[in-house]
Amino acid sequence: MPFDRVVDQHGATVLRVCRSILRPADADDAWSETFLSALLAWPSLDPDTDLEAWLVTVARRKAVDVVRGDRRRAVPVEVLPEPPAGPSFDEVLARDDELLTAVRALPDRQRAAVVAHHLEGLSHDEVAAVTGRSSAAVRRASSDGIAALRTRLTS
Amino acid sequence: MTGPEVGAGPEVAAVPEADGAVGATAAETVALDALRSRLADRAEAEGVLDVAWRTVDSPVGPLLLAATEAGLVRVAFDVEGHEAVLDRLAAAVSPRVLRAPARLDRVAAELDEYFAGRRRTFDVALDRRLSTGFQRTVLAHLREIPYGETASYGAVALAAGSPRAVRAVGTACATNPLPLVVPCHRVVRSDGTAGRYRGGEAAKALLIALEARS
Repeated sequence: MPFDRVVDQHGATVLRVCRSILRPADADDAWSETFLSALLAWPSLDPDTDLEAWLVTVARRKAVDVVRGDRRRAVPVEVLPEPPAGPSFDEVLARDDELLTAVRALPDRQRAAVVAHHLEGLSHDEVAAVTGRSSAAVRRASSDGIAALRTRLTS
Repeated sequence: MTGPEVGAGPEVAAVPEADGAVGATAAETVALDALRSRLADRAEAEGVLDVAWRTVDSPVGPLLLAATEAGLVRVAFDVEGHEAVLDRLAAAVSPRVLRAPARLDRVAAELDEYFAGRRRTFDVALDRRLSTGFQRTVLAHLREIPYGETASYGAVALAAGSPRAVRAVGTACATNPLPLVVPCHRVVRSDGTAGRYRGGEAAKALLIALEARS
């Protein structure tokens, strides 16, 4: 099957996954890296592969790479590299679907604030500057989001 | 946030794709178009764009143009079904197929000039891998037929060294993977009628008439 059709069928889903984790510009980078890797692997991919699940997995890894600032890598030799050692956020995220699902389930403003501050390392003031909202509102959204995650993940 | 919005107007509703793909909103479609274009550029730069294609409009209908890194590999008419042509390219050349217009810019410009009567030969690299054996031999002789002239199937069979293979010459021409650029439209029946053509007999007659007056 021409690779174009993979992009037709799954491009929007992968974009939503990337945007649920990253800011728009970074989400675009993760999307590009995901499909470039998929294109590379496409001729040798097992035809029984669940394409959407596979692409979503690759997209999450790429999103983690982008968060880590590891985006200057050339085309990787392996599509699904082993997660790096070290108890960093990215490993937690890559491993912990429950956390990712919970983050994605947050209301938009809380999710944006939590991701930008806790996962991407921006200060609340920086998040406020990027989103055009007040620093206090961002602080509150982030705090509410963390509280919601805590409730959800410990219940 | 991700669920369907009851009562939402069409401007915000997900737009189902005709081919059953996951629906994308209008804003996502715009973003995805830009991302696809960027993906094509990246793939070209990384050397993994095995087949690039685009379509162009022409007096003989929409044409699909496809090129490998070696050169133009396929020119297809609308009547052939462009999706089916892409399927066969994926199977015969490589499934790393992407719409990527840049690689086809030059041949698209040359085709424009040809249809405007301002070009008589094409100067783009050709990848002839889709024709083999006798067909390849036959197609190699077609450049000997000058612009604006025609030759009979029998004459081409003779030139190809197989004077009795007239029918095989007809088949070779009718299945030419690079019509227009490799001028199989200049090979006609001995009674002067146009004969079989991938783009249909009307398209063939149009090309012969175009060259006759330019």
